[in-house]
Amino acid sequence: MAAIRFSNVGKRYEGGFDALTGVDFTLESGEMAFLTGHSGAGKSTLLKLIMLMERASRGQVQVGDQDLNSLSRRNIPQHRRRIGVVFQNHHLLFDRTVFDNVALPLQIAGYDPSDAARRVRAALDKVGLLMREKQNPIALSSGEQQRVGIARAIVNKPAVLLADEPTGNLDPELSEGVMRLFEQFNRIGTTVLIASHDISLIERMRRRTLVLRGGRLVADGY
Amino acid sequence: MAIKPQEKVAPRGAQKHRVGHLDRSRGWFRHHIEVALQALVRLTVTPVATLMTLAVLAIALALPGFLFTVVNNIQQFSIGWDTNPRIMLYLNTEVEDARAEQLSLELMLHGGLSGVELIDRDQGLREFSSYSEFAGMLSLLDSNPLPAVILVLPADHQAAALQQLQAELQSIPEVSEAVLDLEWIQRLNAYLLMAERFSWVLSGLLALAVLLVVGNTIRMTLESRRDEILVAKLVGATDAWVRRPFLYSGFWYGLIGSLFAFVLVQVSLYLITGPANQLAQLYSSNFVLQGLDLTSGLILIATGTGLGVLGGFLSTGRHLRAIEPS
Repeated sequence: MAAIRFSNVGKRYEGGFDALTGVDFTLESGEMAFLTGHSGAGKSTLLKLIMLMERASRGQVQVGDQDLNSLSRRNIPQHRRRIGVVFQNHHLLFDRTVFDNVALPLQIAGYDPSDAARRVRAALDKVGLLMREKQNPIALSSGEQQRVGIARAIVNKPAVLLADEPTGNLDPELSEGVMRLFEQFNRIGTTVLIASHDISLIERMRRRTLVLRGGRLVADGY
Repeated sequence: MAIKPQEKVAPRGAQKHRVGHLDRSRGWFRHHIEVALQALVRLTVTPVATLMTLAVLAIALALPGFLFTVVNNIQQFSIGWDTNPRIMLYLNTEVEDARAEQLSLELMLHGGLSGVELIDRDQGLREFSSYSEFAGMLSLLDSNPLPAVILVLPADHQAAALQQLQAELQSIPEVSEAVLDLEWIQRLNAYLLMAERFSWVLSGLLALAVLLVVGNTIRMTLESRRDEILVAKLVGATDAWVRRPFLYSGFWYGLIGSLFAFVLVQVSLYLITGPANQLAQLYSSNFVLQGLDLTSGLILIATGTGLGVLGGFLSTGRHLRAIEPS
């Protein structure tokens, strides 16, 4: 089954700028792929369309069996709960502990606190930060902060995991570690799509790679 | 935030999970209590700013509460006269006591009157001395300056009949002035109606002030929590979820503000109880100054709380929609 399907998708911003034009691809459930291209090629826009932070101007975006065009504003929160996202600048909240940062999606989804606590610990354990749960994320290194962001993205066990330049601020060694984490989640069935311009890292991973140029999909292969 | 880290180590590995219906409603309820408490705690983080806001709210809410109570009291005070119009006959000062006595006896035979009471000059002086602070000045005068007064109760309470009776009594040579109490009551009632209307208008304006104060305060906290709102929306928070803490802030502002207002009204009324009761005594009324009773108090508090929540609602609506991840 397709996890993500783009059918002739176009995104035109106000003022007539075309961020995406005629994008067609299908990501099967359980697949892991990279999305690459120069900055401004449309990588972030493509991820935003999946997250419904933006709406497609043309064509159809499908996540699971849901056509996003027919999803009303009211249903966006439910949609986002099925998708985990990792950001380059990780979007952590510095007014609360690592634990509470990771617990936020579960609180929003209405989990029982003890159940949520178990899941938060499991997620922190997976990214190797279980010992840091009581700390404020501001006290962590940028690599650790990124891993907290990953723990928050996967704590809800999303079917789809998106990452926007997840290694943008990390040195090669840390980047490798983060990629291994994504591979682990992919191995247990999560569909993973990673936007990155780190060509050498992508080549080493030997995964399917979608290449965007000027808003068009110009290559799709291994 | 709310979930307490526990010491026991959790079982590891992936588990399929669905949030059940019962779980969900229990979670919803727990979430509400949590958010309400957090909103309350948040108010204590900036105690001075919070107290100033609460003071403004309390005053804005106390003013209408106070006005309505005063109007209510005066209405109650005047009820006694509505059913018993009286005519006071002020006699000329040169009328002898004996003549006054005789006149009052003659009036008793008048068919249109159901009661006659003479307050002679000595009695008038005694009453005046006992109630008035100017009593001391009377002793400076050689003679008693007060006229004798005959108080008569008309049998017919119709306005036209009363006026006719008043004119008739006015024409008695010994009578200097015949005053129909009812006129005074009618005027008082007109004043009261105006005061009540005025209270409503003022209440409306002050309610608007409460909305603005709460709304503005909450909009500022909303700006300071922008990042939190963005992240929450990214991980699937609904508009209602994001809005809830701000509605509870409004709730607390309204509730605590109106409780303060209630106390303010009661204290103000307590301060005027003494003079008010003295005034009532002067009118031989068994009137007792009423504070805010339970019902009015509850109305005040419910209104204040409602305005607080509404203020939170109005100030978050458009702004929360505007804060969207991009």
